[in-house]
Amino acid sequence: MTDVAASPGNSNVASATPDTMSWDSRARRMMMIYLPLSCFVLILLFPFYWMAITSFKPNAELLNYKEHNPFWISSPTLAHIKHLLFNTAYPTWLKTTMFVAIGSTFLSLFASTLAAYAIERLRFRGSPYVGLGIYLAYLVPPSILFIPLATVIVQFGLFDSPMALILVYPTFLVPFCTWLLIGYFKSIPYELEECALVDGATRLQILRRITLPLAVPGLISAGIFSFTLSWNEFIYALAFIQSGANKTVPVAILTELVTGDVYQWGALMAGSLLGSLPVALFYSLFVDYYVSSLTGAVKE
Amino acid sequence: MSVTTLPSHGVALRQPGWIARLLDYKPFLIVMCLAPAIGLLTVFLTYPLGLGVWLAFTDTTIGQRGIFIGLENFQYLLKDPLWWNAVFYSIFYTGIATIGKFALGFWLALLLNNHFPLKSLLRAIVLLPWIVPTVLSALAFWWIYDPQFSIISYLLVDVLHIRSTNIDFLGSPWPARFSLIAANIWRGIPFVAISLLAGLQTISPSLYEAAMLDGATAWQRFRYITLPMMMPILAIVMTFSIIFTFTDFQLVYAITRGGPVNSTHLLATLAFQRGIAGGELGEGAAIAVSMIPFLVFATLFSYFGLARRKWQQGEAND
Repeated sequence: MTDVAASPGNSNVASATPDTMSWDSRARRMMMIYLPLSCFVLILLFPFYWMAITSFKPNAELLNYKEHNPFWISSPTLAHIKHLLFNTAYPTWLKTTMFVAIGSTFLSLFASTLAAYAIERLRFRGSPYVGLGIYLAYLVPPSILFIPLATVIVQFGLFDSPMALILVYPTFLVPFCTWLLIGYFKSIPYELEECALVDGATRLQILRRITLPLAVPGLISAGIFSFTLSWNEFIYALAFIQSGANKTVPVAILTELVTGDVYQWGALMAGSLLGSLPVALFYSLFVDYYVSSLTGAVKE
Repeated sequence: MSVTTLPSHGVALRQPGWIARLLDYKPFLIVMCLAPAIGLLTVFLTYPLGLGVWLAFTDTTIGQRGIFIGLENFQYLLKDPLWWNAVFYSIFYTGIATIGKFALGFWLALLLNNHFPLKSLLRAIVLLPWIVPTVLSALAFWWIYDPQFSIISYLLVDVLHIRSTNIDFLGSPWPARFSLIAANIWRGIPFVAISLLAGLQTISPSLYEAAMLDGATAWQRFRYITLPMMMPILAIVMTFSIIFTFTDFQLVYAITRGGPVNSTHLLATLAFQRGIAGGELGEGAAIAVSMIPFLVFATLFSYFGLARRKWQQGEAND
């Protein structure tokens, strides 16, 4: 791979794209790679473009394709966003969502770091089975669990409380994070811990001073995954939360903003855009971790 | 590497207290480390799973404890055309969406595996549909599928003049079914593409070089090198994809809520409608539980159907 990459001007880039090896032809490369790639990007991004452009269109333009080009805004307006921020409970929903996402992320990171450490480093009889069990938990989909979970939540007196979500989200976050962190711990040389053991450090000191600092990239990617997954979660939030103020953004937009027969598309799209932004921003800050850990996790 | 051990050196000097010494007792430490994770999973996953199966055999409704009624819920479901419809659409939805996602995602992965400028930026952009909350992008699709103001209809009618009338995407059963599948494929492509891209990067280029020397065509190289080498990863990603597509809820709930005339109910949305919205917890649980056999079957099928290659190639099973 490296020897080929070292000769850039040459289009014979061999790594897994043997079809470009033969005759050069820029046109062929254009047709085979750039054209389909642009189509993919265009289609994958179009809904976001449409969401964004709708958020800033005045209603007159929004529903009149004859006189206005629908793909562009002639007189952009902040009316929809203003309506969203000042006439609806949107800021409260954002706050609740943030609270739930951060809470469940920390809880899951705490639980899964310890679990991953125990499984990967403390090595006991049956540790592979515990690991497998936790991993299998990820395969139990929320849509099978939400009905019995609703009754459990009611029993605990947590119905309609964001606390319920913070406690329940780890069921799908912990398996994922544990799985990811086991991989990370594996990549940290065991000799480092042995040295510390020989020096007389306790296991907890080793975890705190050696293993965890070295696992920071893993912790960050697990954190991003947890944050985005909790921000994203829908079915539990829909089933366990009743009052408007405690709803998370995805649920609130769908249940509180969609009213009547005439949908307020401007406000709806503005709400979707604003609800997507924190995740997108958060993700773009750490995108390298994200992509590499995703690819790394799959390679495992 | 060994230099990094230095900061730990001072650690040994401090005398550990009795808590620290207790925690140094390995079995105790193991239990303490596993307790939070196992505790959370037991209370909020294993127990509800069992409870769900139990509820499926009772006539529990919201606010009222149910009594054991045996298989009555399931007998009722077998006679319920809506349940059959949901089973049909769940399978159809999963089947078509999985084929679409994997065909397009694999193609995108092969494209992204080439060398070109701004590659990492492009990979980041491509992941966006997967990052953004499903319900929020589903709302964008809802707006794109609007009967009057759909941008697709506008393109087809006013720009390209292919059709003379707007498409009523969500107004009748089949168009609605395919509209949802299209949205699901759109959302699933990035994950499949990035995961498969990771797999593609593990294939050694020397295999392709050897095949080239032997005069293999591009198709032969794909068929006899890329595809077999990708089988293990395809098996894992497909198993995941099938499970989460079959039990999907958000997309359907956000765009059609099961309509028109209940044609787009998945088992999950039907379970929600009966169980939570309708208050029939027992029946809803039975619908949810009825997903399990399909899931087990689909998982075994995709995993063992594809992963067989792994041990055939002599790799260790992990």
